[in-house]
Amino acid sequence: MTEQASHVESKKLYVSIWIILLFFTALTTGVAFIDLGSLNTVVALAIAICKAGIVVLFFMHARHSEKLVRVVIGVAIFWLLILIVISTTDFATRNLLPTPPWLQNQTIVVHHLTPGP
Amino acid sequence: MSEAHEATLVAEQFDDQGQQYQAASLGMWIFLSTEVLFFGGLIASYTIYRYLYLPGFEIGSRHLSVFWGATNTAVLICSSLTMALAVRAAQLRKRKQIIGLLFVTLIFGLVFLFIKFGMEWRHEYMDGLAPALNFTYSGLHARHVELFMIFYFILTGLHALHMIIGVGVLTGLIILASRDAFKTNCNAVEIAGLYWHFVDIVWIFLFPLLYLIGGRYHL
Repeated sequence: MTEQASHVESKKLYVSIWIILLFFTALTTGVAFIDLGSLNTVVALAIAICKAGIVVLFFMHARHSEKLVRVVIGVAIFWLLILIVISTTDFATRNLLPTPPWLQNQTIVVHHLTPGP
Repeated sequence: MSEAHEATLVAEQFDDQGQQYQAASLGMWIFLSTEVLFFGGLIASYTIYRYLYLPGFEIGSRHLSVFWGATNTAVLICSSLTMALAVRAAQLRKRKQIIGLLFVTLIFGLVFLFIKFGMEWRHEYMDGLAPALNFTYSGLHARHVELFMIFYFILTGLHALHMIIGVGVLTGLIILASRDAFKTNCNAVEIAGLYWHFVDIVWIFLFPLLYLIGGRYHL
């Protein structure tokens, strides 16, 4: 008999994960129709991150994976954070301070927040 | 276990089945981490343009069908369940279950693609929201709504391309399973499962980013 190379989960676990994921989908859709101000985006992304985490841990067997695979998952998330956090902080902080006097006479192309047409 | 039997289970570059499985899954995870950055770059630029042109992006978002978006999310979650069960059947060497569950997963994948193209893209095209092909929206922030729709079509289009590739992979696996190819080694089913779940995760993020956070409560 061949030795099992990977961990076998129970059917019950998969079905409960499926129900949780469907519940989160209904929840995030419902919350989108309630006015929470800027919290709407935070809640939607928090639920998405929870769902993704559940899929990675249970459906993709990350909780039984070897250390090397965990490092790869961690590195992927870290690279993604570098990409998103550093790019967005650039745009979010461009207009925080007034232009210094010694730069005011120069023509500098800056992507300012512009009102739409 | 005899030497000859062992040889059919493990390719010659590996010491044993465990090492072969680790190499296969590690390779898939590394591919998926490049995919994270592939979609991550688009999502980062979407985030920046959404920040710059928020009103137009919110109007664009409210033109999408949240009903079909949510339905498609549920369809993909169901397909992930059947895929996980197919991998389990492969681990337990239950050939008929593998074929049946992979087939159900394939059907869910096709339902997703049908809703995406037939219900959503077709209507957005007919409603004049398809940039370059038929864009007739001329209300507030028309140029920014157009930019939102460009992001929408590229993000969902690339995701749909991944789904089409996944459907092809599933078809291949069903043919292999019907030839009893996974009797000794089911790594192919396991790493195809990783890919399928990853595509599900991409949609889990695209659904709120494109459909939900555009101020639905204004309607």
